[in-house]
Amino acid sequence: MKPRPAYQVFRVVALAVVVLSLLAPLLWMIAASFKTNVDIYDTGKALVFSPTVDNYAKVLQQANYVEFIGNSLWVAFAATVASLILGVPAAYSMSRFNMKKSALVVLMARVIPGVSLLVPWFYVFSNLKMVGGFGVLIVSHMFVSLPLVVYIMMGYFDSLPEELEEAALVDGLTHIGAFRRITLPLSVPGIATAGILSFIFSWNNFMFALVLSDADTKTLPVAIFDFVGYASIDWGGLMAAATVVTVPIMVIALFVQKYVVSGLTAGATKG
Amino acid sequence: MATITTTKAPDSAPTAPETPGWVRWVNDHRKWLFAAPAMTFVAALLVFPLAWTGYLSLTDAEGSVRAESEFVGIQNYLDVLTDTERFWPAVGRTAAFTVVALLFEVVLGMAIALLLWRPFKGERWVRVAILMPLVATPVAVGMMWRLIFDPNIGLANQVLGWFGIGPQPWLAGQHSALPTTIFIDVWQWTPMVVLILLAGLTSLSEEPQEAARIDGASTWQRFRHVTLPLLMPTLTVAILLRGIDALKTFDILYATKGRGGGSFHEVETLNVYAYGLSFDYNEYGVSSTVLILFFLIIIGAMWALTARRKEAQR
Repeated sequence: MKPRPAYQVFRVVALAVVVLSLLAPLLWMIAASFKTNVDIYDTGKALVFSPTVDNYAKVLQQANYVEFIGNSLWVAFAATVASLILGVPAAYSMSRFNMKKSALVVLMARVIPGVSLLVPWFYVFSNLKMVGGFGVLIVSHMFVSLPLVVYIMMGYFDSLPEELEEAALVDGLTHIGAFRRITLPLSVPGIATAGILSFIFSWNNFMFALVLSDADTKTLPVAIFDFVGYASIDWGGLMAAATVVTVPIMVIALFVQKYVVSGLTAGATKG
Repeated sequence: MATITTTKAPDSAPTAPETPGWVRWVNDHRKWLFAAPAMTFVAALLVFPLAWTGYLSLTDAEGSVRAESEFVGIQNYLDVLTDTERFWPAVGRTAAFTVVALLFEVVLGMAIALLLWRPFKGERWVRVAILMPLVATPVAVGMMWRLIFDPNIGLANQVLGWFGIGPQPWLAGQHSALPTTIFIDVWQWTPMVVLILLAGLTSLSEEPQEAARIDGASTWQRFRHVTLPLLMPTLTVAILLRGIDALKTFDILYATKGRGGGSFHEVETLNVYAYGLSFDYNEYGVSSTVLILFFLIIIGAMWALTARRKEAQR
């Protein structure tokens, strides 16, 4: 049955309002990043202004953002790869051997407030002289990524029929061989999903880097605060910095939309 | 899942006779060999620190993490639980933030998911728009809204001006700051609820809908008595996932109001309070107490939700 035309009109209008309210603030942020601070303060120049890239020059040169972009990329990449190496086999075991309690322990990491772990971490890692280094940042971000990888991959392995592995065993492969040559190649979409989600969550993570990084290793979400002074805020610079942090991840999400959505909704419909 | 077959007889697999012993050993012990590294990692970073936090909550540790501290028993708990100046208001704000944000996110999320349910032209673009707030860095989102809600130069007051409404203080107001941060949370995370519910709706079978339609059920009746009950498990997952994250909200609060949730602690939730105690005041003992209580609240809320869910499934 086709919906009534009145509903169709209502639906188009309602969805237009939704899209506008979700995108307008982001576009406003990007627009402000191309304005001078004088134009930002002039409400008459909300939409009509002469664009400038000065804010970006400031962000990338004076504020040293090229280095922070590198830090964020390196931490997110390393945490993702390490989480996949640890998480994919673990998720496989947990799925195939139905290790519910072990899975629960890993998922606890998703529930617990990060602050409650930061004091002990800070103590241990400062004794190891690791605070401020990349190692501790990567490890702390893995704490976010690994549960995500395990959660997504468990759901994926649950949905892979076991018969394929059994057939491989009959053909003379070992269990490990079947995992490596049959299951892993079939899991590429799942691994891509887990990897992309893990990268996004690590890139966006703020609290761990706030405590555990120093001036040389800080990631982009921490570096944003360089533009917030006690007395005043450099709005143009701040919006350019915010744009530099968010737009790359939004562009990536645009290209791999299918994976991001399946990762975010993983396990939600199993009931 | 049919996992019994593999666990019962791992040796029955016809591995080639010339397989070296260690390969067979690795295969026989693959369950724990696969799981152990990840489990060890999480245990080392979770169980041990959590136990330590539990211990610290019983001491007067402060100043430096290396400083001597004394065991004070449940004194911190007595102090914190009778603290009506910072602790209980923070509990109240955490609860208000979570409940109100969740309420809006679920209602709006459900409405938007229903709008998107049936395929239409341009669907792809709406889905892209829905994804954008979700993947945006929360700290940057906080900064973005900070500009939009600026009382003097912000877009929000300009828009209100078009409708003849006077300027609002938004984040700067003592009573409007918390609602404004809730708004930001709703903006960023309603899409999450939409995506989860949409996945749930798409997986529903058409038949109950058809049957209800033939029986002459109205659109509302079909939603209330057919779609909603069938969607209940998915809805619970959405509430659970979103609720846990809402309780723990930190980034947007810190980005918009700074340390301590603003000069009057307007948006100081338990997480923000505990962070301040730990890293601004170095009151490790008290902060650990707050964190243990916070953790118990989260577990309690989760338990209540999952218990309800199991009941609903019965």
